[in-house]
Amino acid sequence: MKLPLSWLAEFVEIPKNMNMAAIAEHFVTVGFEVESIENAAENIKGPLVIGTVIAIEELQDHKKPIRYVELDCAEREHRFVICGATNFVVGDKVVVALPGASLPGNFAITARETYGKTSNGMICSSRELGLSDEHSGIIVVNDSAVKNGDDAITALMIDDPIIDITVNPDRGYALSIRGAARELASVLKVAFKDPADSVLPSNLKIEGTSKPIAVVIDELNGADIIFLRTLESVNPNKTAPVWMQRRIQKCGMRSISVAVDITNYVMLELGQPLHAFDSDKISGKIHVQNAGKFAKIKTLDGVERNLNKGDLLITDDKNALAIAGTMGGLDSEVTAETKRITIEAAHFSALAVAKNSRHHILSSEASRRFERGVDPALAEIASARAAQLLIELTGAHYVGVESDGVMRNVPTIPLNPANISTLIGYGYTDIQVAAALESVGCLVNKSGKPSTWAITPPSWRPDLQNTADLAEEVARRYGYQLIPSVLPPVRITEESGLNLAQKRKRAIAIKLANLGLTEVQTYPFVSAEIMKLLGFTGDRAKTFKIANPMSEETPFLRTHLTPGLLLTAQRNINRGAKSIAIFELGSIFRNLTALKPQASIRTDQRPTGTVISEIYNSVPKQPLHAGGILGGKIENASWWGKGRSVSWSDAVDMAATLLDEMGATYKVSNTDLAPWHPGRCAEFQIDGKPVAHAGELHPRIISDLGLPDRTSAFVVVLDAVPFREQISAPKVWTMPAAIQDISLIVAESVSSAEVSEALKIGAGDLLESITLFDRYDQVGEGKISLAFTLVFRAEDRTLTAEEVSLLRESAGNAAVKACGATIRSA
Amino acid sequence: MSLTVASIESDKKAALSALLNAGNLDDLKAARLAHVGDKSPLAKANQALGSLPGTERAEFGKVIGAARAEVNAAYAEREEFLIGERDSKILAAERVDVSLPTKRGSVGGLHPLTILTNEISDLFVGLGYTVAEGPELESGWLNFDALNIPADHPARTMQDTFFVEPLDSGLVMRTHTSPVQIRTMLDRKPPIYVICPGRTYRADELDATHTPVFNQVEGLVIDKGITMAHLKGTLDFFAAKIFGPDVTTRIRPSFFPFTEPSAEVDFFYRGRWVEWGGCGMVNPKVLQACGIDTDEYSGFAFGMGLERTLMVRHGIADMHDIVEGDIRFSQAFGTGTR
Repeated sequence: MKLPLSWLAEFVEIPKNMNMAAIAEHFVTVGFEVESIENAAENIKGPLVIGTVIAIEELQDHKKPIRYVELDCAEREHRFVICGATNFVVGDKVVVALPGASLPGNFAITARETYGKTSNGMICSSRELGLSDEHSGIIVVNDSAVKNGDDAITALMIDDPIIDITVNPDRGYALSIRGAARELASVLKVAFKDPADSVLPSNLKIEGTSKPIAVVIDELNGADIIFLRTLESVNPNKTAPVWMQRRIQKCGMRSISVAVDITNYVMLELGQPLHAFDSDKISGKIHVQNAGKFAKIKTLDGVERNLNKGDLLITDDKNALAIAGTMGGLDSEVTAETKRITIEAAHFSALAVAKNSRHHILSSEASRRFERGVDPALAEIASARAAQLLIELTGAHYVGVESDGVMRNVPTIPLNPANISTLIGYGYTDIQVAAALESVGCLVNKSGKPSTWAITPPSWRPDLQNTADLAEEVARRYGYQLIPSVLPPVRITEESGLNLAQKRKRAIAIKLANLGLTEVQTYPFVSAEIMKLLGFTGDRAKTFKIANPMSEETPFLRTHLTPGLLLTAQRNINRGAKSIAIFELGSIFRNLTALKPQASIRTDQRPTGTVISEIYNSVPKQPLHAGGILGGKIENASWWGKGRSVSWSDAVDMAATLLDEMGATYKVSNTDLAPWHPGRCAEFQIDGKPVAHAGELHPRIISDLGLPDRTSAFVVVLDAVPFREQISAPKVWTMPAAIQDISLIVAESVSSAEVSEALKIGAGDLLESITLFDRYDQVGEGKISLAFTLVFRAEDRTLTAEEVSLLRESAGNAAVKACGATIRSA
Repeated sequence: MSLTVASIESDKKAALSALLNAGNLDDLKAARLAHVGDKSPLAKANQALGSLPGTERAEFGKVIGAARAEVNAAYAEREEFLIGERDSKILAAERVDVSLPTKRGSVGGLHPLTILTNEISDLFVGLGYTVAEGPELESGWLNFDALNIPADHPARTMQDTFFVEPLDSGLVMRTHTSPVQIRTMLDRKPPIYVICPGRTYRADELDATHTPVFNQVEGLVIDKGITMAHLKGTLDFFAAKIFGPDVTTRIRPSFFPFTEPSAEVDFFYRGRWVEWGGCGMVNPKVLQACGIDTDEYSGFAFGMGLERTLMVRHGIADMHDIVEGDIRFSQAFGTGTR
């Protein structure tokens, strides 16, 4: 809300020595952020005067219209100026910057030769003076109060600082000079003159002869009060006086016509949105009702809009006239031919206007105010003020008022003033509490028990409903800086500290970082294209679609970590990285259960246990995954040699390392799963359930994304790995170890894990470790050779050669039996 | 063979001279064989003792023993010297340039947001808090309604929400971590001391200071006798731990549907005020929706953007660096050791 200081000062006695920064600081203190403080006069220097257009010579043969204008600026001689605008005629008063003047942007005005003439100054537009963005033409000031030769800075009231404050949604009343002035007066602790008090509707005297337009609220949920004031003998071709136009402009709006300017002016001053109808375009009565049968309306912005049945409208007996509280209709607007005007002022339901605004994606000055709450007492007053101004400025005759509805009583709030100090943690006196509440317009009734006051909030503060609301009013009036800083005593509860999942997540991240991977956090938004490239099927193809995505290309939620990781890898490679080792810990989103429409659940009490479970169950599971990408060199080339490139085994090792870190017991086997290479993907299972996949990526994906050959990936579903029991320490036996090697020939289809497992079982409890030290696949006939080192150790004795040889034989026999192996003789 | 003291002395001298003149370990070995070993003159003299009569045997035995001891000691000394000489030659030849690069693999690191999240969690855990988490795709009732943000209230449009199809499911990408507060209040009885870090979503274009996917940390305390002064004390503690003891904070009135009174918290750091986040006393309407007795309990809540905190603390000029996953950025933070 832009607030011209001159307008505020009409209602607040601002101390004379107070500068703008201090005023801004006071607004901040009571909860209004200050966006800017601007004074257009600071950027204008030197002679800027009012002049009357005496003659216009249209210069020919130029690409655009150029005028050579003779001006009377109350100087000894007329002044001649070149001008490119055409929105003025002989007799108009305009603003002339004379040579020596300097305009915003350090634009120096000089006498200059142009278009074959001497131009002795410049006729200015609003934008050139920094008054607004309007640049469709120059400023025309047709106001009899303004004379030739007048200093334009004074005449146009340019030297007037404008404070732009942000108004939070609970403070609709402050979207007006009235509301902002009240706040400023309250914090400055000076007198406030309420502009609403000076409007006396009963002073409006009926002079006209026609009948006022009647009104009825048909939709009681849409509005609780509406006033229509009708006037006749309007001269719509009058223009609003300069002071009014300029104030509207200072508040960031545009001057349109006298009738519209008056409604806007009153809205800015009091906060009540108003609408002016051409009374002669209204058939019968005005109604407040839902759209129902009305299908269409053409609004003031020229857009033909399809109406929803539930839209709240202003209609007459036949047609939709306006989308209530949001935007008027084109067909009933006030035009240059209008003779009778009906001013409408209503208190529409905030919810109804919010819905209107949302359905039509239409936010207006009116809808912003209604959504945030308008003072219901204002409909009568603001409509009267607008009628008064129409009479004063256009010579209209008042023909009377019609209204419907009544103001609802504001419920009182019981208050024990001590509870405010208790909540804030600062001891306010009863006197301070009462003064603060009164300064925002509350009635404080202390006549009950000493500890039970009755507070009646003012009509413009529907947000004040309980002690906490009142506490904020008291605390901000005296400033939050008064509140002391006290750390609450430390409370240790049963749950205090990190839980197992949180500790494990940290350990996994640090493990991966120490293994040389860098953590990334990618957006979970993915494209259909990347999901197709990665070849997701089944559960991993079932995603959610964002209804309003940032980019139409990436409307889906990730079902796997690889899309984000791969694109991040690609970005790094594109920026010149030769190798990549990254990981991410994050949730994935799979659309696996039917989504139910959200039930309406009240919020004034705790939902039942059943309802709480329903709410929780309505939210899809979003398991935590750990994933990573390895590409390029895992060992760099340097003075030590050529280094080593990433292979499938590095990714498999990462997955295994993470599972080992979590103490999982798992089985590894080959699987064929996108986006991995069909022959180089390991699946890790715990109790028969897959918990991780790792291996080399599909070569087509690698080449499409331009990643290093053999780039590999791993993904571990952390949530699927059970927490390990408390670790029991291994027995560290100290007797000498006996080492035995064994070589086996098996079919290619047999995995080394299977052979290793069989050997382990056959070797028995004295086996301390088993290591594959060679794999030879040139045996032929679809066979391979696997060579293992077995280390045996007993707790209490040195194993004999005979014992160890028997154990080796037993191990070998188990592999023969389980895997069809033959034992190679040395 | 005749033994004389002079001959023994001469054998000894010859031995000592040979040992001393051995220039390397091979020479020394030859000298040892010639002068120290079983076939050396002194060894032979010793063997000859057996044929001498008793008195002479003792007398010569003494002389020979002393000579042999002297020769043995000289040998040991020379051997040690020559070994040392040989070894130092080898070691000198084995010298390397220890400034050669040694890093054979890549350098890993945590994302600085992870480091900051852990740091914040730890400092609140130290105050007895629990770290609470919740889903990113969240029920609209938990994200809005229960937080006193009714449908069609302007506060709902304040937060540019990502909605998920079908719209009537009410599912949204959570716009703040506040639904975790609601879950906590529905799941546990007071006293409640939780910190809720997590990823949140708002439909803002990515630019130097905004990102549609960002991280928040929220705190929630519900207990008997909790005041706004406790909120201030907690914010001061938090700011001092994150930005150092010289930081100053201030709160000023603001509006959030879920707190009343509400405030914005700013901090003064490196010469300027920085907006940090929102806070306030938990709105009684929110406590009611969670079934917490507002006569018995009060509470405060606060919430900050982690990206903003990180950018200010570490002088990060552009949000792109935080979200793009360029490893050069995160590697600089290591695993957060200072």
